[in-house]
Amino acid sequence: MLIFSGKNGEMLSENIWGEKMKAAILQMEGTNCEEESYLAFKHFGIDVEYVHINLLKKGKKSLEDYEVLFIPGGFSAGDYVRAGSIFAARLKAAAWKSLVKFVEDENKRVIGVCNGFQVLIELGFLPGTNGISSVPQAALATNNSNRFECRWVYVRNERKTHFTSLAPDVLSLPVAHAEGRFITTPKIMDEIVANKQIVLRYISPDGSEPEYPWDPNGSMAHIAGIVNSYGNILGLMPHPERAFYWYHHPDWSRKKRGVGDGYYIFKSLIESMH
Amino acid sequence: MLRATIIVRYKEGVDDPEGKAIKHSLELLNFKGIDKVNVAKYYEIFLDMPLEEGEKEVQEMIKKLLVNPVIHDYELRVEEI
Repeated sequence: MLIFSGKNGEMLSENIWGEKMKAAILQMEGTNCEEESYLAFKHFGIDVEYVHINLLKKGKKSLEDYEVLFIPGGFSAGDYVRAGSIFAARLKAAAWKSLVKFVEDENKRVIGVCNGFQVLIELGFLPGTNGISSVPQAALATNNSNRFECRWVYVRNERKTHFTSLAPDVLSLPVAHAEGRFITTPKIMDEIVANKQIVLRYISPDGSEPEYPWDPNGSMAHIAGIVNSYGNILGLMPHPERAFYWYHHPDWSRKKRGVGDGYYIFKSLIESMH
Repeated sequence: MLRATIIVRYKEGVDDPEGKAIKHSLELLNFKGIDKVNVAKYYEIFLDMPLEEGEKEVQEMIKKLLVNPVIHDYELRVEEI
């Protein structure tokens, strides 16, 4: 399939689903990269909309109308209390029943990037080793470096899921977060491993066990992304929407024209709904 | 009027990078003999309701927003002022 034109290197859009599939990009004060995410979905011809949390609260938008829910990164509510916790608490207050219905429908997909991953953890949707948990089963705590870590990292694609089936074995993606250190209890960790929920792990450029800075936060088992036990919810710290086009990559001038590695996350997700 | 004071800190065994960074900074300032520094968040919430109701309300706040039980311990005190 031709996905970029030879002349200018511009990617041509791929209309896989026409306007039949609807995706919602959630917004509230402090979310970011909504536009990059919007363009990524648009690239595949998806009918994508920004949905502010207040519209859900007022009943002007309903999650029932969408097949994909994208929770973007950012610093929602200023990252006060804990990153993502206020966003999660407000989502619970605004649309808890419809959210639960949405995530329990295995034909629907939820993806939370960075702050969105923190929201999914706080909501109890991830790790979700036995379905939705009423209290968080994990945390994304302050990075071990005690700093905001912003750089390109390598992550290993651990297994084929709805979100990674078309992705290469190793992806180069950017991270930008202060709170990304995945922590859980030994019991939940055992369940995560048994359910094969780990999807992305940080690795060194040579493929070996990463140390800082290749593991930017000190996560347990170098976790960068996990799915729930049903496999329809993905949370990840790296930003696939910031690595969608080949020219997003810092090595763009040395690479062949093609696509950024984040492209494969979106493509896998959309293809998985076939 | 009630004043609820809540201290939220990392559980024993969970690394506290901010505490470590502060310990290091204090050592750079030639302070000696520091074994450990823990950093906690301190919340003061003022409520206009009876004590019993206030305690229940703050417990809900802790559960819904202020504490992640995987990594946090907390101390709560509610008093009439």
